[in-house]
Amino acid sequence: MTGRFVEFTKSALLEVQEYVFLVGKFFRGLVTRPFYYRDVLEQFDAIGVGSLTVVLLTGMFTGMVLALQSGFTLDQFGARSMVGRLVSASIVKELGPVLTGLMVAGRVGSGIAAELGSMMVTDQIAALRALGTDPIRKLVVPRILAGLIMVPLLTIIASGIGMVGGWIVTTSLLHVASSVYWNAVVQGLFIQDVWMGLIKPFFLGFTIVSIGCHVGLRTTGGTQGVGRSTTNAVVASSVSVIAVDYLVTQFLIVLMY
Amino acid sequence: MANGEGAPRSALLDEALGPGGPIIVLDGVWLAFDEKEILKNVSFTLQTGHTKIILGASGAGKSTILRLILGLLTPDRGRIFVNGERIDEMTEDQLMAVRTDLGMVFQEGALFDSLTVRENVGYKLYEELHWPIDQADARVREVLGFIGLAEYLDRMPGELSGGQRRRVAIARAMAAKPRILLYDEATTGLDPITALTVDQEIVKLRDLESVSSILVTHQLRDAFFVAEHTAVRQGSSLSFDRAAGRKAAEAEFIILRDGRIAFEGTAQEVREIAKKDEYIHAFLS
Repeated sequence: MTGRFVEFTKSALLEVQEYVFLVGKFFRGLVTRPFYYRDVLEQFDAIGVGSLTVVLLTGMFTGMVLALQSGFTLDQFGARSMVGRLVSASIVKELGPVLTGLMVAGRVGSGIAAELGSMMVTDQIAALRALGTDPIRKLVVPRILAGLIMVPLLTIIASGIGMVGGWIVTTSLLHVASSVYWNAVVQGLFIQDVWMGLIKPFFLGFTIVSIGCHVGLRTTGGTQGVGRSTTNAVVASSVSVIAVDYLVTQFLIVLMY
Repeated sequence: MANGEGAPRSALLDEALGPGGPIIVLDGVWLAFDEKEILKNVSFTLQTGHTKIILGASGAGKSTILRLILGLLTPDRGRIFVNGERIDEMTEDQLMAVRTDLGMVFQEGALFDSLTVRENVGYKLYEELHWPIDQADARVREVLGFIGLAEYLDRMPGELSGGQRRRVAIARAMAAKPRILLYDEATTGLDPITALTVDQEIVKLRDLESVSSILVTHQLRDAFFVAEHTAVRQGSSLSFDRAAGRKAAEAEFIILRDGRIAFEGTAQEVREIAKKDEYIHAFLS
């Protein structure tokens, strides 16, 4: 029992150490040559444009259900006109970043782990190194950079469409006037909330993609190993999204409020 | 620890690093994964334009030697020299320069799935060496013509047969004109006719392009073909004749047993020792 615990602790520490090394190499790759511009653009497209549909749908339905649920609750206090406040505050501060993060973790984190994992077990990563290419610069830097930039943009889109979803439900089902809804949306938001909604996705994007890359590049054990890595990447990055969201929120509250 | 840090250079190493020395030197190399020792005091040299054929049971450490020479792995002890430069102490960035003169054909080819044959073969030229596009394209066509796959330029690796993938992998390895080529089970799993085509490519590269090579294989037929044949070009025709004399001595076998070199010698010497040594006899029969 003790032996297994020691083994587990050792392997967990090794994983953390390797992850930290990967992050260090990413920052080094970011500021030194060679830099693969074309791969960065390809990843912007794969991670950003590719995730647009799922993020739009998630944002839209989240805004709609939020308006629906809060509408009926607020109705009990005769405060149906305040729905916009609740929708905007919840989506911009919390639901937009977290749900976008979770969607990207499911779609992009798993994809990266599977892709890099397959490349590992079929020796393509070794072949890259043999051909004189550093896999960190070629594969990891463009992906993390794309995650860093595209997840905040996707979050803005998700939050925006979420508020539109809320507007549709509020005006059509709750019969609140558009102007009342949008006025409440603006009243419900403070500048700190907007900053919080903009800052958090940078951390989430970085976390999701770096975990996907780390897990993918540590893949062993053939196709079974690729399947295991894909699952591990989704689980680890989804849990990390929630954990990082809490930590960054805590930090920003201390800093801004 | 004869080959540890600060230890005097062995006689083998002195000779190896002298004028006209070999292109690859392994001197007292040890490597273990966890508790298991994979290589134990492995030393050999590869002369320019020569071939080493490494044979051994599965898990004997054959492919590990190629990965050490490429710098994909670092030995626990010992020294490795490529082109006179000690590579076992180099950083990944420094190794990138050494690898410009090395090409490797991986087991199963290891072609990049998302790239076409043209992009795979020209990868190093386009991405790393930044050759002008027309010049790189011409070289890609040239090497694909060399291996008889010129018409497969725009195919994806998934559309190729196993033998074609292996030949494209050879084309990719040779595209940047490296002076050293490492073949890891280049013919395993191929039918005899395709395997012979791959063997002939290896012999052609060695004899017509002066490429030094290390061949790891389980396939004795292929190993002896490469060791005992030479490519001769007469005008526009190419023939594979039986190697004799000095040419036959340019290809040597290394037989690994439990991580150690059990035998090193020419094809003729392997056949002779097999009559006396039970293990080698069993291995070759």
